[in-house]
Amino acid sequence: MLLIECPWCGLRDQTEFHCHGEAHITRPLDPDSLSDEEWGSYVFFRNNPKGLHYERWEHSHGCRRWFNAARDTVTDHVYATYKPGVAKPEIES
Amino acid sequence: MSQDYRRDKGGQLNRSKTLRFWYDNKGYEGYQGDTLASALLANGVHLVGRSFKYHRPRGIYSAGSEEPNALVQLESGAHTEPNRRATEVELYEGLSASSQNCWPSVGFDIGAINSKISRLLPAGFYYKTFMWPGALWTTYEKFIRKAAGLGKSPTEIDPDSYDKIHAHCDVLIVGAGPAGLQAALHAGRSGARVMLIDEKPMFGGSLLADSALIDGAPADQWVTKVINELKQMREVTRLTRTTVTGYYDYNFVVANERVNEHLGPNRKAGGPKERLWKIRARQVVLATGAIERPLVFADSDRPGIMLAHALRTYVNHYGVLPGNRIVLITNNDSAYHSALDAHAAGAMVEVIDVRRNPSGSLLDTAREQGIHIHENSTISAVDYRRGKLRGIEVMQLSDDGKAVRGVPSDLRCDLVAVSGGWTPTVHLFSQGKGKLKFLDDEHCYVPGERAVNNKGFEAGSCKATWSLPECLKEGAIAGASAASAAGFESTATEDASGTEESVYGPARALWILPTDHPVGRGPKKHFHELHNDSTVADIALAAREGFVSIEHLKRYTTTGMGTDQGKTSNLNALTVMSEIRDVPIPEVGTTTFRPPFTPLSFGSIVGHDRRELFVQKRKTAIHPWHDRNNAVYEDVGDWKRPYYFPQHGESMHDAVQRECLAARASAGIVDASTLGKIDIQGPDARRLLNMVYTNAWSKLAPGRCRYGLMLNEHGMVFDDGVTTCLAENHFHMTTTTGGAARVMGWLEEWLQTEWPQWQVYCTSVTEQWAVASITGPNAGKLLSTLCDQPLDDESFPFMSMQSFNVAGIPARVFRISFTGDLTFEINVPARYGLALWEALMKAGRQYDICPYGTEAMHILRAEKGFIIVGQDTDGTVTPLDLGMDWIVSKTKGDFLGRRSFTRSDTTRSDRKQLVGLLTEDPSFVLPEGVHVVEKLKDKPPMTMLGHVTSSYMSPNVGRSIAMALLKDGFNRKGSTLEVSLMDGSSHKVTVTDPVFLKSGSE
Repeated sequence: MLLIECPWCGLRDQTEFHCHGEAHITRPLDPDSLSDEEWGSYVFFRNNPKGLHYERWEHSHGCRRWFNAARDTVTDHVYATYKPGVAKPEIES
Repeated sequence: MSQDYRRDKGGQLNRSKTLRFWYDNKGYEGYQGDTLASALLANGVHLVGRSFKYHRPRGIYSAGSEEPNALVQLESGAHTEPNRRATEVELYEGLSASSQNCWPSVGFDIGAINSKISRLLPAGFYYKTFMWPGALWTTYEKFIRKAAGLGKSPTEIDPDSYDKIHAHCDVLIVGAGPAGLQAALHAGRSGARVMLIDEKPMFGGSLLADSALIDGAPADQWVTKVINELKQMREVTRLTRTTVTGYYDYNFVVANERVNEHLGPNRKAGGPKERLWKIRARQVVLATGAIERPLVFADSDRPGIMLAHALRTYVNHYGVLPGNRIVLITNNDSAYHSALDAHAAGAMVEVIDVRRNPSGSLLDTAREQGIHIHENSTISAVDYRRGKLRGIEVMQLSDDGKAVRGVPSDLRCDLVAVSGGWTPTVHLFSQGKGKLKFLDDEHCYVPGERAVNNKGFEAGSCKATWSLPECLKEGAIAGASAASAAGFESTATEDASGTEESVYGPARALWILPTDHPVGRGPKKHFHELHNDSTVADIALAAREGFVSIEHLKRYTTTGMGTDQGKTSNLNALTVMSEIRDVPIPEVGTTTFRPPFTPLSFGSIVGHDRRELFVQKRKTAIHPWHDRNNAVYEDVGDWKRPYYFPQHGESMHDAVQRECLAARASAGIVDASTLGKIDIQGPDARRLLNMVYTNAWSKLAPGRCRYGLMLNEHGMVFDDGVTTCLAENHFHMTTTTGGAARVMGWLEEWLQTEWPQWQVYCTSVTEQWAVASITGPNAGKLLSTLCDQPLDDESFPFMSMQSFNVAGIPARVFRISFTGDLTFEINVPARYGLALWEALMKAGRQYDICPYGTEAMHILRAEKGFIIVGQDTDGTVTPLDLGMDWIVSKTKGDFLGRRSFTRSDTTRSDRKQLVGLLTEDPSFVLPEGVHVVEKLKDKPPMTMLGHVTSSYMSPNVGRSIAMALLKDGFNRKGSTLEVSLMDGSSHKVTVTDPVFLKSGSE
């Protein structure tokens, strides 16, 4: 069970959180201007890397706040957690 | 017979406390401090069970948790437990156990016929033979389950209590042998919070069986000294009888403490039987020790054959000499300790050493004591007859050790002890995602690189450190280093230095010993895996059939898949496969070790989380009235909702039909408190509603309500409900009962991640409001008797909300409808819910008010063609598929899911669409879920058009009604289709509009 640092609450057990997949996907401001392929890519396609992954987490059984985490999908090492709106941190994995 | 094999002295036993116990209904005596295994051996009982597959007689093989053979059924009735290791069960007064997998008795077992026909039962036999024809598998299975197997699970409810606890520490030490004790001492002295855990009833580990000296005194004195010092340390927790069963990410460790388990069924109240520890440690020191590795020779699975260190443990720790004429067979020096200790205890001892010209100080001592050593020899046959080991045959080994030569000589003996060296216990290290590395010189796997987040150290024989002084030193360093890494000042000191050291000579890399016929080609069997009855020949068969990957080998031969997880068998299996493939062992690989290290009881895993403490019941404020009025409940999420209210022994059907009629005839009332409710406030509240609903919210005036559909970005419906404008920047949203949390999460997700600059706040108020919904032509008249408010269409129009007192209770009253008839949903603060309901019931008497449940509610809505999200939709349905394009705004601009309406998938013409279905026979109700086809054929395949989503007998329509999702359904209205049921009957259905009842005021 991972230990995850909620940017608001501190280190907590993984059981308090939910993972919501890849982070830093911005909703298009004008969906009508997108081709079917572009919209489909936004709705359906996600990266599934082996290694470093930036993903969205929710402290669902805690403060209910969302945040992002940089996690290694192989080792489960969490390099960093940061609040939404903060730029993706550069990580050397 | 009374403890004929008990030594006169020795062992950590309380000899003043004699305990009586029963094994297979026969009475025996032992002492406090015995295990069931040691007490049986003290009474000369070796044969304790029949093997899993071939029903071969099997005996006690070890003295610890690695035991593959001596699995017993402990106790009977509600307290019974299958597959308990006799080597771990502590003796208590009145203990009763029996052997498993044998009938009629362990001595004479009919299933042993499997052994005689073993040639016909090779590895993979069940897969090959019984999987075809598949239809007969259920027939085979019954016999196979009976013939092969282990103990029987209890059939009664477990009467014991179990506990769970969470703990945090700086340094967790697993294993309290010499290395672990040293680690605890050095970490503890730094002031760090330390937990020291060991699976045995007392600390000491290997020292419990050893005759070694530490600081010039017997080892047990040193152990006592260390424990006394640890007892003085406030931050040190010591747990005996506690098995670390799992090592997970970020130093999360699960351990099972057998608190009162060892006292038997008569354990006193006041403590749990077991307690599950969930521990988060900064540093984990693994001092898990090593398990002796067997040698595999012809029929080496017979009772009376055990591991050499087990012999030493029984002699020194339990005061039992399990044989009078003992033969040891070994490929290394460590077995000589056992030989010397058994000899000192009074046994006649001989040693068969598979090495050529073995030498060393231990052998010199053995020879001085008169112990005969057969060099370069092996056991070529075992004489086991009438339930007793009677002797063995000894033969010379060929130069390469792969064959025997010369003539066999008979050696009489009643016990054989085997040693193939030691296998470090790396299970936890591997569970914790650590990488193992193979030591060529030591022929074993040891811990390599740790997982990045499982910080800590290893010490002692779990990393193939065999000498006691070295183990003590490593323990001290590991403990001090772990404390330092956790932020405490600590250094390793040089205590426990005056320690006796045995120097071991080299071992011979030979574990599978030959006999006078090729392995696997004659009557004698080479079992490398005792628990699951797998032989060296099975591994060869697996290799011949292409199962060379270690993961395939494991599953094909079931090596390591028993409840012992192959603690004694895995490495020998790897060795055999590496020889067959002629590759080094690391290339064969090793399987992944998985929790639990030893089996956990379900009771321990469950703890107190049973019944209401596992699934909590959510009840509305009105629940006490439902209870008093005979409600039958339906689970909706965690909620208990009244399903229907049967009167005078009515059937469900009769009750529901009555409730539906009454609600439309005059007045019905339903508890709608469980609907999700979200209070939305802020200047951007409308903007949020415009994005999450398909219709427009910009102009909804205060006091007005609107129905909305919520879509995900795929364009699919996932919730619906009515939202009301309370004030310019203040809304009251309702959701489905089951979707309340999901919708709340959905709003928060968008607000926090995509629109954080919007000023809007959402608060779940589901539990703050109790809701009584009254419906029917007399609903207004009823309400007017309890309030002073004008309720006519002009003063209080449909789809509006007003706040006023109802029965003296401040209420928000919503004129909305889920029945199609005049309905008032009366919301009051939850604490007034019961009072409101009772006032409505009392006032409603003159209108024959009828309380109804969820089933009538569903029928009433279906009569009007209203959907239930999650029943008539399944995540693949758009608003257009539901025929609800009227609710999708074409002008308001963007909203979630909108762009997906023009995807090729959502615009294709043959999408499934919601329609009504009427059966030819109006009294026949279609089963929900049944498939609809255009025209039935004699047999499949037939093209399925869709399925029935809702189906009821409607008393108000006067016939059965159904809703269905059908391909191109809108264009099929008026056409006749067919369904076929599981019972073989077929029925014609007509496609209609899903609105079955045209009347109704709202």
